[in-house]
Amino acid sequence: MPVVLENLGKRFGDGAPVLDDVNANIGKGEFVALLGASGCGKSTLLNIMAGLELPTSGALEVPSDGAAFMFQDAALFPWLNARENIELALQLRGVGKAERRVKANELLELVHLGGAGDKRPHELSGGMRQRVALARSLAQDRQLLLMDEPFAALDAITRDLLHDELERIWKETGRTIVFVTHNVREAVRLGQRVLLLSSRPGRVVQEWDVTEEHRTDAGLAGQLTGVITARLREEIRRHAK
Amino acid sequence: MPNNPAPLAEAPSTEPTEARHITAALTRTSTGHEDLRQLESGLDSLQSDADRKDRIDWSRILLPVAALVVLVLAWQFYVSLGLKRRDLVPGPLDVLGQIGVLWGEGKLQEAVWTSLQRGLVGFLISVAIATPVGLLLSQVAPLRRAFGPLISGLQVLPSVAWVPAAIIWFGLTDATVYFVVFMGAIPSIINGLISGVDQIPPQYRRVGTVLGASRLQMALQIILPAALPGYLGGLKQGWAFSWRSLMAAEIIAVGGTIGFGLGSLLDQGRILSDMSVVMSAILLILAVGILIELLVFGPIEKRLLRSRGLLSGSTR
Repeated sequence: MPVVLENLGKRFGDGAPVLDDVNANIGKGEFVALLGASGCGKSTLLNIMAGLELPTSGALEVPSDGAAFMFQDAALFPWLNARENIELALQLRGVGKAERRVKANELLELVHLGGAGDKRPHELSGGMRQRVALARSLAQDRQLLLMDEPFAALDAITRDLLHDELERIWKETGRTIVFVTHNVREAVRLGQRVLLLSSRPGRVVQEWDVTEEHRTDAGLAGQLTGVITARLREEIRRHAK
Repeated sequence: MPNNPAPLAEAPSTEPTEARHITAALTRTSTGHEDLRQLESGLDSLQSDADRKDRIDWSRILLPVAALVVLVLAWQFYVSLGLKRRDLVPGPLDVLGQIGVLWGEGKLQEAVWTSLQRGLVGFLISVAIATPVGLLLSQVAPLRRAFGPLISGLQVLPSVAWVPAAIIWFGLTDATVYFVVFMGAIPSIINGLISGVDQIPPQYRRVGTVLGASRLQMALQIILPAALPGYLGGLKQGWAFSWRSLMAAEIIAVGGTIGFGLGSLLDQGRILSDMSVVMSAILLILAVGILIELLVFGPIEKRLLRSRGLLSGSTR
């Protein structure tokens, strides 16, 4: 089990807990979608898994070499071109100069951006930037890849394509992926398992398995989406005053 | 370091069997690897701007020249009205003649060269001192809290105020001139660098942390390049302060072992009550400032901003 979360809790200062008693096991090579409304501490949970923040209670087990991280905005460095952005990740990992170049080109090819390596981030479209960011997070070469709503800011056409793209790359590279989203369709489209987090405090309240049938049969997928949406709304309604 | 079992090289394009029956957007939208590649490349070209060719934009050259011509003509017109005595308000031609005379005497070359040399040396030494100090202040919070207000204050204090003190300490030597230049340039370069670092999006540091950058790597490979636009602004202002301080020092501190600079030329014109010399000196001081901006800072800044996509929509 690359990721084990046990009774994980987090509060900032004396405020109400953001996360409370979060339990989850994520297997090697698994694609888990973490779903929740705003304020459920999805990003906090991801930051804890990435080691950017510490939990205030509970225990967690993550791979000792840490995790690769992909943010909602591509967060590419504007003074480097696409290839150099990827090379920087390789360099900070300690890869030698000659190998960096080859590896960066391979990764660009993997995200279908072989011809755009010399372009600066501002010359790329939003979808291309996110693919460079994906290549950069793959350059980190960590088994665990954490994704914080990486496609939320993209247009629908691009997002649909990137779903296919991410699924393909996941299958080719065998990464363990934790994908945070507030979009039920996206969660069902991508995840093998969907974990629903409650809001204030965040806690895993229910989980669903998404089978291969759900991916090819739109009827089944729609049904599951309906069920999850209903449960999510119930969770949101709890906070009505 | 765990390696991924699957190789990066592409597997033969296997058509996923489950793609046979696609009924809605919820399921896969492409029919296979090759299809996905084509779709993406189509979308990429739709969403990227077409490459634009850079041409020489003549309006950049012609408009400033036209503005200059208009100003000189207006000046000449005012002078030809004859409202003031010619020796108090010389015309453009008088000043041009005077510049020619100064050139012939070799005074002009000497003054420009002396001042420019001092200005550049003073500026470069200021950069060498201010850059490490600025980086240190921007990275170490207690130092910043302690010295930040003082540095900001020094930037507000006109460096001319240091001239009397410098003359008392160093006498009429080049040290006086350099001291005044340092007091003008160093605080503004430090402030520029600090504000450049302050304006770095916090996301960059997070990315650096996630990518595993050490403290030194973070400072040199992420913070310094990210702060470059602000730093360059600080350098520009630092040069302006160097040049101004230098002129102030040269006007006030004349004689001794201090060489003959543009400020000295200006002061000489004042003593001789020769308005055309005064005007010549003012125009030369201005011209050097404009040339440095046009030939040095302008191109560097433009290149920097363009490469980061910060130029579009600006009026530069």
